Amino acid sequence: MQFTFTEEQDMFRDTVRDLFADLCPPEAVRASWDNDDGRVPGLWSALADMGVLSVLAPEDAGGLGMDEVDLVRILEEAGYAGVPDPLVEHVAVAIPALAEARSGLVGAAIDGSARFAVSLAAGGAYVLGAQSADHILFESDGALSVIGSDGFAASAVESIDQSRRLATVEVTGTAISLAGADVVLAADRAMLGTAAQCVGVARRLLDSTVVYVGERHQFGKPVGSYQAVKHHLANVRLGIEFAAPLVYRAAWSVAHPESHDAVTRGRDVSMAKAMAADAVDEACRAALQCHGAIGYTFESDLQLWLKRGWALAAAYGDSRQHRDRVADALGI
Amino acid sequence: MDLDLAPRYIEFRAECRGWLDANNPGRIKSMDTADGFEEHREWERVLFDGGWSVPGWPAAYGGRDCDLIEWLIYEEEYWLSGVPGRVSANGVSLLAPTIFNFGSQEQQDRFLSKMASGEHIWAQGWSEPEAGSDLAGIKTKAIRDGDHYVLNGQKTWCSRGAFADWIFCIVRTDPDAERHAGLTYLLVPADAPGMERRPIGRLDGEPGFAELFFDDCRVSVDHVLGEEGQGWAVAMAAAGSERGLNLRSPGRFMAAAERLTDLARELKAQGQAIDPRLRDEVADAWIRAQAYRWQTYMIAAKLMDGAEIGSEASLMKVFWSEMDLELHATALRLLGDHGEVSANNDWLDGYVFALSGPIYAGTNEIQRNIIAERVLGLPRR
Repeated sequence: MQFTFTEEQDMFRDTVRDLFADLCPPEAVRASWDNDDGRVPGLWSALADMGVLSVLAPEDAGGLGMDEVDLVRILEEAGYAGVPDPLVEHVAVAIPALAEARSGLVGAAIDGSARFAVSLAAGGAYVLGAQSADHILFESDGALSVIGSDGFAASAVESIDQSRRLATVEVTGTAISLAGADVVLAADRAMLGTAAQCVGVARRLLDSTVVYVGERHQFGKPVGSYQAVKHHLANVRLGIEFAAPLVYRAAWSVAHPESHDAVTRGRDVSMAKAMAADAVDEACRAALQCHGAIGYTFESDLQLWLKRGWALAAAYGDSRQHRDRVADALGI
Repeated sequence: MDLDLAPRYIEFRAECRGWLDANNPGRIKSMDTADGFEEHREWERVLFDGGWSVPGWPAAYGGRDCDLIEWLIYEEEYWLSGVPGRVSANGVSLLAPTIFNFGSQEQQDRFLSKMASGEHIWAQGWSEPEAGSDLAGIKTKAIRDGDHYVLNGQKTWCSRGAFADWIFCIVRTDPDAERHAGLTYLLVPADAPGMERRPIGRLDGEPGFAELFFDDCRVSVDHVLGEEGQGWAVAMAAAGSERGLNLRSPGRFMAAAERLTDLARELKAQGQAIDPRLRDEVADAWIRAQAYRWQTYMIAAKLMDGAEIGSEASLMKVFWSEMDLELHATALRLLGDHGEVSANNDWLDGYVFALSGPIYAGTNEIQRNIIAERVLGLPRR
């Protein structure tokens, strides 16, 4: 029993945070908008080298053999840095599902040589990163299959967040069934990973806004000294403070199927996504309001996290949908 | 991280539950009535005799040396079991940590066991008519005269003050000093000559608090907690200690959220359609209670590792008080036209009480200022 993170967990998180800060500053995110694949050059291979891609792959499959508790803190940092690459889909969803199905594709997934997109019913109509994916892991009739890029056609759909390369996908070839991989668990992992990213995005919005309102003066004083501004940002801090523990709690539930049945796990994941989605929504609103007109410009980097926040709050179910799932679990 | 409770905590939970179920006195009168106050004092005695009055305290003062996690589990079981509330809460959660930190050995021996047993029920005497949110504006004077202080002034919004045995006050011992300086933390017996108390009817009409008038009221200098002139620091230290957690533990709200879901399930079982928006609110209340629970467990673990919390307590206070209010408002909406009926309506009583949450123990506006300035580091002015 230990209700906080271990020193190793903290160190791993710090290492990845430093890597993101190094390779994925806002300029790199902006530059990636002009890339064919929308990804930050060099980041994917650096993550593969560090083992980040393989956090959820068992050691006997060449992975780090860690669990969702380790992963959510990495994904929180990915949200904080605004990483455009589809990490949740590849790392949190595809790799463990491939490993559970004992698929031969695990090796290429963890060394980064094959890039995976994910299409789940819970993820809605559009598939993130489909056009640059070598394989798509998809849900059909309640089961998971995988298909290579010669077996699907992806048509781009523009997102307001230029880092999110969405597409509609039509499967044209013959897919390989991933027997042994649980589709509900895969969706829970996607929701959990997205919730963690929401918390990271909210933290970034708060941090940048705290800096801005400390520098910006009106009426001869920093705007951050006014109570109306303070209370907006206190509310953002409150949202984050109480969403993050639910994300960690849900990660624990997902990582421990021996003591958490699917209903409990789903309830815990949905609690996390509901609170994290609301936290990032509130952070987006307050950050924009407290920045004023400058925050409404394309030039300001604030837009990177505003748009990511809007997208991720809704991705894999918005807060109302997740509260609905909690209500189901509670029998009301 | 490992969120599964160790076996000894699981055993501890069962022990708590067993004792509470076996000793539950059932429904008793409101602690804010004269009769109900004494019934609650008897309940405190039952808790004390069973060793469950102050489980986190040292055994020497009637506790059982529980760690913070045990205390949180105890609170969860306490509120879930439906036993009466704690008339001793102001003393136990707000004063006792200060006595442990600043009290002399003699003061600890004199006050703590009697607080634990309910022999002394304490009320807080901090606010004044002109010093509410601006607490440093305290004007009640306490001028030294030999081995006594002579008090003149007025305290107000003194919760439990109508029936309490003792009042813990902050008074101005140096009338020339301003604001936070020259204040002293003073323990005042309710029968001190020269003190008059007048009950104030709360929103529900019960004498939930009182105002105190000091007219040359004499209090022994032995009753100073900490040093003369250090009252502000002494009072604020408790907020930064681990006992900053104590005022409202998650168990209270988890139990309320559980009862709210029970209510929704009962209505559904009776064939009543539940508005989807209300269903959403019920789930939200339940989720928030869980969020508060896990946030608190994680904070408790840090405290047990030796970290300190200070201004983070403001985050907790805003969160639980607003959660509590929304939770009870949801219950009343579920009850529809039955919500306003006052007889035996625990939800209505709870709602009226919850309305005071964002006001007492530092208004939520003050708490948000603290969050902004001390947690986020925004400029004070």
